[in-house]
Amino acid sequence: MSVFEGFKFRRVYSPIHQLDPRVKFFYVLAIFVIAIMFNQLLPLILLFLIQLPFVFIAGVQREWIRSLRGALLFATMIFVFNFVFTYFWTEYPLLPSPSLLEHSIAMTLRFIVLVESFSVFFLTTSPDHLGLALEQSHVPYEFCFAFTTAVRFVPVLAEEAQTIMDAQKARGLELERGNFIKKVKNYIPVLIPLIVSAIRRSLELAEAMESRAWGATKKRTNLYVLRMKRGDYVLILISATILILAAYFWIFYREQIPLLSSLLIPLRLAAA
Amino acid sequence: MIEARNIHFTYPNGVEALSGVSVEVKTGEFMAIMGQNGAGKTTLVKHINGLLKPTKGEVLVNGTSTKKVSVAKLSREVGFVFQNPDHQLFCETVEEEVAFALRNFNFSKQLIKKRVTWALNLLSLTQYRQTSPFMLSGGERKRVALASVLAWNPDIVILDEPTIGQDHQQKEKLRQFIVQLNTQGKTVIIVTHDVEFVAECNPRVALMVQGKILADGPANKILTNRDLVAQASIVPPQISQIFFELSDQDLPQDIINVYDARDVIIKRLEAST
Repeated sequence: MSVFEGFKFRRVYSPIHQLDPRVKFFYVLAIFVIAIMFNQLLPLILLFLIQLPFVFIAGVQREWIRSLRGALLFATMIFVFNFVFTYFWTEYPLLPSPSLLEHSIAMTLRFIVLVESFSVFFLTTSPDHLGLALEQSHVPYEFCFAFTTAVRFVPVLAEEAQTIMDAQKARGLELERGNFIKKVKNYIPVLIPLIVSAIRRSLELAEAMESRAWGATKKRTNLYVLRMKRGDYVLILISATILILAAYFWIFYREQIPLLSSLLIPLRLAAA
Repeated sequence: MIEARNIHFTYPNGVEALSGVSVEVKTGEFMAIMGQNGAGKTTLVKHINGLLKPTKGEVLVNGTSTKKVSVAKLSREVGFVFQNPDHQLFCETVEEEVAFALRNFNFSKQLIKKRVTWALNLLSLTQYRQTSPFMLSGGERKRVALASVLAWNPDIVILDEPTIGQDHQQKEKLRQFIVQLNTQGKTVIIVTHDVEFVAECNPRVALMVQGKILADGPANKILTNRDLVAQASIVPPQISQIFFELSDQDLPQDIINVYDARDVIIKRLEAST
């Protein structure tokens, strides 16, 4: 559950929260593309650091750290898999060398950068804003509504799952008992009530919406309209600059990006 | 015997739901926990079967700390009926639903059959034995949930908001049922907002406010205390309101149910004629 905590929006006001979600999405996309472009440690560290001011301006450090902590398990897995598999199945130097270590760390960091940027996006964008952005991008309203409703009900569903688990535990259900197949089976008494109640709730929601004349007007107007402000242009500029710089380095200097471990060797020599 | 010793509980999101609760419930006692939403009532009772473990302090059930045993084990002694039956019903038939917990507790086949028949009979659900629980009405589903807990005959029964969504007749049946359980020597704890229901049962009442127990005592003393009731955001029972309005008539102030009120009024009328 802690992974989801790191993506849950809380209504706070900061310059970042006020930004247009479309612009923020462009920023996330830029980070995403750059993270995929490079597989060396140095640029990925820079990419990680670039986002920190963003997090601090938005004032979501605590939630952000929680999301990173939630991603820790996957990050460890990625590190171990990279380390073990590149060690055995490629023509990398056979010994666990610093460069192999660095490669594995880089792959892990790439994942963390992706989680980081998406987490910041969802932490600072309200579901309503997101729906509005979709709507203004000419996505049919039915889809926008379905999307915002889905997002809106995630915490409700998570809470309900917890209650159901409690109720079944109180009837002697032990979720952690048995072998793997038994463990999966143990979740049936949790899943069925959860699904049934989700379906029931969606029917109720549909009825409630129809009784309030949902879809009566074909041409909808909004109380709030997203308009690009100065901050939005600044962020576009920043994202575009980072993207262009990254592309420039990728095209011309891709092969010359030094390994951090090779930078460390002269330092060690100097010290000695 | 349930003992809570100065327990504190903070949810993972940082909300402190209990801040120093000490309470002792003797075997065979009937207790109602009341208070406004978010006062910590449900959080407190979830400590009794170990669903929640106190962050500070400890809860002893028949002498064992809830920290030392699993929820499944504690549940053998503490039956907990949740507020919404839809949160637990999942089997194809009512019979299976009632047998679910018994299977978890490793009862023998014959015993399961016997206990299921007994529990269905107890809550007049025998005719629905082979029906899907999802086909039943709200009140019936609630009874199935109750039957599925009572089937293993726990010594302590906790009911979270048992009266919600029940019509008057069902409530009256439920009340008689709870009283019956209690006379059989079971410890019964209910969590509720329903002042009139509590007034008619006349149990021991604990009022909770902001994670603390504000007052604890017999219902006719607690529910007629204007200050306490106001602090816990509870409306006193209607009978007690009438008697309060008539306070210049020199009537007793600790009357909360219709039967006592009738006796008092008749006595007064007889005296005046």
